[in-house]
Amino acid sequence: MHLDHPDAFPHRHTYSAADPHRPDGTRRALRIGLGGPVGSGKTATVAALCRLLRDELSIAVVTNDIYTREDAEFLLRHAVLPPERITAVETGACPHTAIRDDISANLEAVEDLEDAVGPLDLVLVESGGDNLTATFSKGLVDAQIFVIDVAGGDDIPRKGGPGVTTADLLVVNKTDLAPYVGADLEGMARDAKAQRGDLPVVFTSLVAEGGVRPVSDWVRERLAGWAAVAP
Amino acid sequence: MTSAVAGPAVDAGLRAAAHIVAAPDGRGGTGLPVLDGAGPFALRRLRPQGPEAHVRLVGAMSAPLGGDLLGLTVEVADGAALRFSTTAATIALPGRTGAPAAYDTRIHVGEGATLRWLPEQLISARGSDLRSTTRIELAPTARLVLREEQVLGRVGEDPGRLASRLTVRRAGRPLFDQELTYGPGAPGWDGGAVLGGHRAVGQLLVVDPAFEEHPVPPRLLGTTAALTPLAGPAVVVSAVAPDALRLRRLLDAGVTTVFDGDGGVRAFW
Amino acid sequence: MDTDTCAPGAVEPPDGPGPSAARAALLVLADGRFPAGGHAHSGGAEAAVKAGRIRDAATLEAFCRGRLHTTGLTAAGLAAAATAGLDPLDLDDAADARTPSPALRAAARRLGRQLTRAARAAWPSPELDALAAARPRGAHQPVVLGLAARAAGLAPLDAAYAAGYEAVSGPATAAVRLLSLDPFDATAVLAGLAPALDRVAHEAAEAARRAAFEGLDVLPAVSAPLLDIAAEQHAAWPVRLFAS
Repeated sequence: MHLDHPDAFPHRHTYSAADPHRPDGTRRALRIGLGGPVGSGKTATVAALCRLLRDELSIAVVTNDIYTREDAEFLLRHAVLPPERITAVETGACPHTAIRDDISANLEAVEDLEDAVGPLDLVLVESGGDNLTATFSKGLVDAQIFVIDVAGGDDIPRKGGPGVTTADLLVVNKTDLAPYVGADLEGMARDAKAQRGDLPVVFTSLVAEGGVRPVSDWVRERLAGWAAVAP
Repeated sequence: MTSAVAGPAVDAGLRAAAHIVAAPDGRGGTGLPVLDGAGPFALRRLRPQGPEAHVRLVGAMSAPLGGDLLGLTVEVADGAALRFSTTAATIALPGRTGAPAAYDTRIHVGEGATLRWLPEQLISARGSDLRSTTRIELAPTARLVLREEQVLGRVGEDPGRLASRLTVRRAGRPLFDQELTYGPGAPGWDGGAVLGGHRAVGQLLVVDPAFEEHPVPPRLLGTTAALTPLAGPAVVVSAVAPDALRLRRLLDAGVTTVFDGDGGVRAFW
Repeated sequence: MDTDTCAPGAVEPPDGPGPSAARAALLVLADGRFPAGGHAHSGGAEAAVKAGRIRDAATLEAFCRGRLHTTGLTAAGLAAAATAGLDPLDLDDAADARTPSPALRAAARRLGRQLTRAARAAWPSPELDALAAARPRGAHQPVVLGLAARAAGLAPLDAAYAAGYEAVSGPATAAVRLLSLDPFDATAVLAGLAPALDRVAHEAAEAARRAAFEGLDVLPAVSAPLLDIAAEQHAAWPVRLFAS
């Protein structure tokens, strides 16, 4: 659509997620970011999403490790996607910078994946485990998921922060551990509702069969919306 | 800054020039139709090895001294093969006036020609100031092996000032261009980015069109040396070491690595 | 494109052209937060820290001083020459010849590509577009930096300053993260190097001026052996914090 109005953003498509088309006019992949604290299950969620969706969608993953390649290698080891569909971005000890303040390396990684293995339906951009303030730039992703877990403390939703408050989807993971850590799931749901208003919250336990389905259902909705926005 | 040209010398140091031309002799070998040298340039014709002529610079005197202007011109004609060596290390020494010395080498290697440029070390003695410039023009099918070793100070001695520029062009395009500056007037030369306390530094450059078909991957040679492919058909072994002996071992290890890898290139060595 | 006619480079500053006239754009270009990927690169500092060559503020200073006067000067010359309008593709070849380490060539091109993206957004320019088209995998970063400065209406000397400053600010920032070095000490190191940066920038700009008449071979080509060797080692590490 922007191609019909080249003067509106004459250069945008060359450097930002703002345009849903690639330079050749085809629709680019929907880009979804996954952020959240260390150990909350971001990589496990990415792996589960890939396993569930890879037969019907063309998917690629960009990881942003604190140390290079750890998360990418986890995904490779577990063979959730062919290796050419997984790219690791190095972040110079500042993973939040690479997804928010200086997104250039991530944009190149996403575009290179589209060039190399595209066309793609979905690119998952996983941030390095960081703190509760890390959010993705709108120049990089179309929607973002924030993953926390019950073992990290059931007061996290109450504490809020940009990730919990503004992410398009909040995932509360590891619900299977709730009885062991004494987490109050209902309280977490209440606090999340208070922080997020109408923005969705899902509870997951990835150890169960199909445990990622609440997230994958949400991803499918976004994909349907994306196809409507950018036919 | 760039060491290209020595300015007009105030003090009349030694001026000397030498000229070498190597050309096919028509009998499958390489002849030396021109072999001119004077002063520090005592050039000897050694027994050829197969098609390769061998010229040795005999170290009759210590040079260059400050104020000296030395020029060496080498032409390896199409199809010729030349090896150049020296009997001893070259020592840069201070002159009477503190003026810098300039050592300027111009080399052209023609089509299908081969040059092995394997001098001994250049030693920068305390108080010396030498600007060495080597410019090499290679035809597209020329081959080159060049070794360059610099030792900063004699044993237990601070170095003088040394600026050396090596520019290699192939088929009219830049292939390798490197300036190394050490000693007084080269800030930070002994810090962790440049030499990190080492006193010997060198490189071995190999240019061969065969690398286009058989590229060599980068390889580490211990903690202070590496073999790296250039953007064109060439590899360079770069090394730093505490002294000249250990530097030579690293470069020799690099030679082995380069020439054991691929048959086409090994035959050249 | 018609938007290019209102690129800042085409606008005559109210107080006339020259290095000082467009100084504000230099602050934008040289800002460490300029989104061109620099934060993920240590400029060789990560390898030097591991090898024990950077341990504290004093060894950081020696490292940065050496880097500034070697690859920093070389980068500043290339950048100034690009700002002066010399052919960026020829300069890109000259940068290749000045970068024997393939790891550093790859890093320079990756950073060049990221800088191209940011610069085209900040200072749209047909010259940057043309370079991006000719080098889709990225041109050497100093060449792009010089062209970005040109698009921003800056002078060759400004580009030389930006390139020279990057040569020392990158390692200093990385050392703060890697060694938990006191950030005030690291900033004092940079401040102490300012007079040296002045000299390097002017030397690079003068070489670029000469290169317009005498050819690119008069541009500085000073290299640092340990930076090249250590870059290859660093590229082979399985786990690292920085990309280079």
